[in-house]
Amino acid sequence: MSGNGIRLSRRRFLQVLAGSAGALVVGIRIADAADVPLPPAMLGDNLYNLGAYVRIDADGNVLIGARDPDTGTGVATALPRIIAEELDADWNRVGVVALGLGVSSDNGKPRWTYGRQVGGVGGSIPAAWNELRQVGAVARWLLLQAAARRLGVPASRLRCDAGMVIAPDGRRFGYGTLAADASKIALPDRVPPLKNAADYKLIGHGTGDVDARAIVTGQARYAIDHHYGDALVAVLVHCPWPDGTLARIDTTDALAVQGVVKVVQLKPEPGQPPGSTVIAPAVAVLAENTWAALQGRDKLKLEWKPGASAGESSAGLEQQATALLADDTAVPTTRVRNDGDVDAAGKKAARRLDATYVQPWLAHATAEPMNCLVRLDKDRASLVVPTQAPQKAWAVVQRLTGLAADQIDIRVPRVGGGYGRRLDHDYVAEAVMLAKAVNKPVRLMWTREQDFGHDYYRAGSVHQIHVIIDRKRQLLAWNQRMASASALAHRGMPDDRLWTSELQADQLPAALVPNYRSDWYALASATPRGPARGMPHLSNAFAVESFIDEIAHTMREDPLKTRLRILGEPRALPLSSGGTLDTGRLANVLKLVADRIEWKNWLRTVNGLGIACWHVDGAYVAHAIEVAMQGEQLVIERVVCAVDVGRVINPLGLEGQVAGATLDALSIALNAAITIKGGQVQQHSYKDYPLASMAQLPNDVEIITVAGDRAPAGASFLAMPTAAPALANAVFRASAVRVRRLPLMKELLRLL
Amino acid sequence: MAPVQAQVLPISQESGIVAEKVRDGIDLEVNGEHFRHTGDAQMPLLWYLRDVLRLTGTKYGGEHGENGADLVLLDGKAVSAITVPLAGLAGKAVTTVEGLAANDGSLHPLQQAFIDEDAIGCGYCTPGWLIAGVDLLRRKPHPNDGDIDQLPNLCRCGCQTRVRRAIKRAAGKAGRP
Repeated sequence: MSGNGIRLSRRRFLQVLAGSAGALVVGIRIADAADVPLPPAMLGDNLYNLGAYVRIDADGNVLIGARDPDTGTGVATALPRIIAEELDADWNRVGVVALGLGVSSDNGKPRWTYGRQVGGVGGSIPAAWNELRQVGAVARWLLLQAAARRLGVPASRLRCDAGMVIAPDGRRFGYGTLAADASKIALPDRVPPLKNAADYKLIGHGTGDVDARAIVTGQARYAIDHHYGDALVAVLVHCPWPDGTLARIDTTDALAVQGVVKVVQLKPEPGQPPGSTVIAPAVAVLAENTWAALQGRDKLKLEWKPGASAGESSAGLEQQATALLADDTAVPTTRVRNDGDVDAAGKKAARRLDATYVQPWLAHATAEPMNCLVRLDKDRASLVVPTQAPQKAWAVVQRLTGLAADQIDIRVPRVGGGYGRRLDHDYVAEAVMLAKAVNKPVRLMWTREQDFGHDYYRAGSVHQIHVIIDRKRQLLAWNQRMASASALAHRGMPDDRLWTSELQADQLPAALVPNYRSDWYALASATPRGPARGMPHLSNAFAVESFIDEIAHTMREDPLKTRLRILGEPRALPLSSGGTLDTGRLANVLKLVADRIEWKNWLRTVNGLGIACWHVDGAYVAHAIEVAMQGEQLVIERVVCAVDVGRVINPLGLEGQVAGATLDALSIALNAAITIKGGQVQQHSYKDYPLASMAQLPNDVEIITVAGDRAPAGASFLAMPTAAPALANAVFRASAVRVRRLPLMKELLRLL
Repeated sequence: MAPVQAQVLPISQESGIVAEKVRDGIDLEVNGEHFRHTGDAQMPLLWYLRDVLRLTGTKYGGEHGENGADLVLLDGKAVSAITVPLAGLAGKAVTTVEGLAANDGSLHPLQQAFIDEDAIGCGYCTPGWLIAGVDLLRRKPHPNDGDIDQLPNLCRCGCQTRVRRAIKRAAGKAGRP
């Protein structure tokens, strides 16, 4: 135990610890808890109690902790790789362990040991780039010092390579042989210099998923695969209406099923925001095994009474939106942006064009359904949770148990898809309430039907866009009006910020058109809503990038040329949210996909070519898609995607994300829609909400990655926004049908 | 040392000790091991695998197996484990994703191809893709794109293009099971 630690942030310090059996452990120490070392158990051999970022064992094996949940985004590979690079570790000797929630108690308040712990929202890699490289650099520095002392040679004359310190005379010392000595060396005063990018051996070089072998052999355990010996399995029936009530219940037959132990009613807690409590009134059947619980559920006799939401329908909400936008005098809920003077520009119009785009409600459809394993003891709660945000899960558990911050243990194994659904923790609240009710550990599992029927959906939207084009074919004014039910409503967000889940002030073509106005109109809805992958870019990119295609066709211009004209000269434009829009980088990804798909054939080919571009938080993306119509069948022949995220940590992982997000977006655009009737969601299974089959999707996604040296941007959903508009634009070329309503296949077949 | 002489203890009526009758049950083979299920014969295979045998590689996807996450090989053919009650499995052989690799740990060529092509998103549906792929390669050792198009699996992570590559990579190499 040595050193005072290197400050990472106001509260968090890196520290070095001597682990058991001569291991070196570099991890986090809390500033105010300097006298309280990590408990010995955390340094032991139990991998789940790593309690630190890096552990180098005497045998040379390196264990690196991954702090952010991996929902299929590859962060369990990429984050440790960032640390391993600065450590000069031998990747073949690196093991990775999911850290789970890191929390300690600060006078009753939680203090987050590892800082940010959120997965699947695009922020993991940028944050890790800023915070985690130091961890590897410190460990490497310590190993160098240990070698220097042993050799009597200044550390500056030593170098590191693949888990070895190499002396000027060629002698090599494995990190494992230095770990025990290194753990006794005081930390430097500040973080040692980070490596030059030219020396990178891991960053920028592709590697497969660290969990791949465990996954393909069926050994990877998701939360739903975890057991406690005496846990009861809980399955639920939710009220079809979030504000409904249970009018009648008869549990006789359910309780008669062998293995069924108890039936428990759950209700949302008044005053708690969505995502923190039960999503709708529910009845739980608890049984000794899943099969008994499911049979008990089938034997429940329940009568639900609808609440006020029973009058709601998705068709009705769309009508409301259309009526609002049809009224030119309707006052918007928020004027999101207003550059120049759109009204005055209208007076010198050479040409006007407008269009309306309608997009449906969407579900998350995670592969692993909602579930949670919880065990409550007098002074401890232990949970295994499939979450994207363990700190938010902690808040729910803490509120319901009243336990101290550090009495709550939350493990987060690999997660079977998140897409924003697991930023909410209603299912954690359910599991904790049930464990309290039966005084036993509970393993809660939602069925697929519940997952579709009781989600925090992405609301449908209507976009109306009106442009004015001058005599020189320049976009003079862009007037965009969007109506939707905010995902942030009832979540403690002030009314004048509710638009932020629905659109961005800086989205294209903001800052590129002299007169630009963006208005948002709030719709009221009782159907639960929440964060969703790609929000708010997905719906806006479809409307905007489809409309720019329409503008090009109206002007009889190549849509690629129109886009490049709108972007103009390469320059950095300041964004209202901070950061810049680099029009050169955006034009570059457009040109890359155009070249690859042979855009020069755009006018001549019988197949349809479509293109679209977008920017997301400092990253740039473009898609070019080629489709063929075979009668009423749409065949996606080719898909090309170019991305510019700055520095690429793991090219193979990035390609996986880009291909995956592209296919996800195509699948949603082709088929997916949630509809609400009488306040009830109409979709109950994959049959009603058909993710695209292998046959519907393209055989390949051709990916172009722009090499860059800027700090890396996140890419988890980067390739989503442009896929649908590029597809719709290609469909227009192939079929002469302009699809302004999603899902695309249904609308295309209606219009053909 | 002299061998210990085994003693035969007579079971008398008076002692109250009665040898337990062998319980009736459903004998089935899972990944080469023999099991006897003595509980509810209507229990779907999926819950037997996951809850009783704790073989959790086969995943729950939906109550009708619509997304293919719960595929297993039944006498070599892919079936949805949630749609098969144990009652019909007497004398049958089940192979789950845990049973695809050889006993010495060497991977099935398709498992290796999934690793080589990084054909993994969140990984939850991967066991189902593997079972469907092994089944396809058994029927068609060199499947074309049209054959691969017929796979029933769904995946929101979008691993389909990489799965396609992995199946082609493994084509012709898959002798087992």
